[in-house]
Amino acid sequence: MAITKRKFDVVIVGAGGAGMRAALQLSEAGFKVTVLSKVFPTRSHTVAAQGGIAASLGNVTEDNWHWHMYDTVKGSDYLGDQDAIEFMCRQASEVVYELEHFGMPFDRLENGKIYQRPFGGQSQNFGGAQATRSCAAADRTGHALLHTLYQRNVRANTQFFIEWMGLDLIRDEQGAVLGVTALEMETGEVMALQARAVLLATGGGGRVFQASTNAFINTGDGLGMAARSGIPLEDMEFWQFHPTGVYGAGVLISEAVRGEGGYLLNKDGERFMERYAPNARDLASRDVVSRALTMEIKEGRGCGNNADHLMLKLNHLDANIINMRLPGIREIAIKFAQVDPIKEPIPVVPTAHYMMGGIPTNLYGQVVVPYKTGPEEVVQGLYAVGECACISVHGANRLGTNSLLDILVFGRAAGSQIIEDLKKISHHKQLPTSATDKSLARLARLDSQKDGESVAQVADVLRKTMQAHCGVFRFADMLKEGVTKISKLVEQADHTEIRDKSRVFNTARVEALELTNLAEVALATMVSAEARKESRGAHARDDFSIRDDDKWLKHTLYFSEGRRLDYKPVRLKPLTVESFPPKARTY
Amino acid sequence: MKELDRVRWRCRRGMLELDIVLQRFVDKHYTQLNETELQQFDTLLNLPDNDLWDMITAKKEMGDIKLQPMLRLLQID
Repeated sequence: MAITKRKFDVVIVGAGGAGMRAALQLSEAGFKVTVLSKVFPTRSHTVAAQGGIAASLGNVTEDNWHWHMYDTVKGSDYLGDQDAIEFMCRQASEVVYELEHFGMPFDRLENGKIYQRPFGGQSQNFGGAQATRSCAAADRTGHALLHTLYQRNVRANTQFFIEWMGLDLIRDEQGAVLGVTALEMETGEVMALQARAVLLATGGGGRVFQASTNAFINTGDGLGMAARSGIPLEDMEFWQFHPTGVYGAGVLISEAVRGEGGYLLNKDGERFMERYAPNARDLASRDVVSRALTMEIKEGRGCGNNADHLMLKLNHLDANIINMRLPGIREIAIKFAQVDPIKEPIPVVPTAHYMMGGIPTNLYGQVVVPYKTGPEEVVQGLYAVGECACISVHGANRLGTNSLLDILVFGRAAGSQIIEDLKKISHHKQLPTSATDKSLARLARLDSQKDGESVAQVADVLRKTMQAHCGVFRFADMLKEGVTKISKLVEQADHTEIRDKSRVFNTARVEALELTNLAEVALATMVSAEARKESRGAHARDDFSIRDDDKWLKHTLYFSEGRRLDYKPVRLKPLTVESFPPKARTY
Repeated sequence: MKELDRVRWRCRRGMLELDIVLQRFVDKHYTQLNETELQQFDTLLNLPDNDLWDMITAKKEMGDIKLQPMLRLLQID
């Protein structure tokens, strides 16, 4: 079959905040840039980010980037790379002011400066009083960011390929990346998109968990592309969970509910948080509350027929308080849990929220992998930014409002680095004749599969297995069993069968391809988690309950081929300041 | 058939809340919609995520009165 080829300077996969920030940099520099997106750009998952963008502007209380850096290193449970964290915190103010010039509608103080609000984990003076560091546009910062960047990109002539899905990386024998294969949903056609630089910005893969706050599109496509082409995935055992997602739906119930006096109950009607956190009780930090919920379920005190969730009670509160101070909560409970919280408690479970791991990169967005004796050699032509990348600035645990900052700083940095690198690569390398073979073989397999597995069923079992075996609180036997189970599911994901074999807008095919990406993410997570025998940040084990810096102050690298693990050191040396040595993490 | 696939895909959003509500709506009502209603649904799908969600949860008034019946269907489910 003849395959259509198209040539660009840069191909970006993913049109969320990270991909669009980089695209803008490149289009404004005059490059021919195309951005692929499964959905319309302003409907990317960045839209769900409400909290704001962390930057030490000091508009409300005194602040500086060094304090922000300390908070981020500590929040990461010392797994974050301190050079990248210094870089991010130092550039924060600049990227925020730049966004202001782009027309981002930030909230304002009376004096006209950008309004800032306090957020968890932000401190002054290296762990002192609460800092006020988050810049927001009401409760729709992500939405405003996407719209601002999209408008600028349209003006800069960035080309968008909408309803396109990236399939595989095209690499030559030396390992350089020469482009991607992609599927145009409308025609069902596979194309080879040749580029001098490829940037992956596909977001997270939170749909690997049964309980997930992530939108349906978050299937880890970029991670699947990288893993299949031999690139390792870093620190995949670290996933941030939110304690109160609506049972069965995943939609978040904000911490504000507990702040207003709501509390959690088990099936015996007991306020169990009193046992786990006698002082802070229901207002203890996210990871503490999430672990408590998991323990209650594990010990048989969960609610419902399957004893698999807990109850969040707020019907003792005045109906006016619920309506006035918790706007939207009642609608969410009615719509997604079919309960009116004024009358009944809301069923909740700990819910996967953010993926700290991803494709390993340096602070310029270049993908780096072990090669010969170097642990971090640059892969020519390949870059990654945003949730799909692991730079790593979030380490074992991300702080709220640092993710929008991450996509802005490193989206811009990757754009600048590509501009530099393209000065040295003046023309496209010849595509190997086998460039599209792998992708076409995957599609042909799907078309000809007989007696195969159902995509929906495999995906469902995969999500349940991840939730049960690799959730908030992890147990040795469950992890071991989880590796076996997920390995089997990966096989099944490669043998799915779809009824619709047509070409035009075949969503069954897209979902089957998404499942193979989810399977890569799931196995990487399970294998990495099974191997890490300590508790650090979001990775909490029953049998190794404390952090072990002697053995485990290192990044995990998971290779899909052979399901092999490797490790590399954490970059403890910042760019210009003294290192923050690991200390006990207490708040 | 393909029209249903297209619409189903355009119900894939950035917000999980909308993913769930819109998919539920399409499964239940889409095949019964008449020509005018299909157009109205399409208009709603073209709104930004936050605006559409605010309308469904009735935090925001709907500008176009003609779209009210369709919005009500989305609100009930």
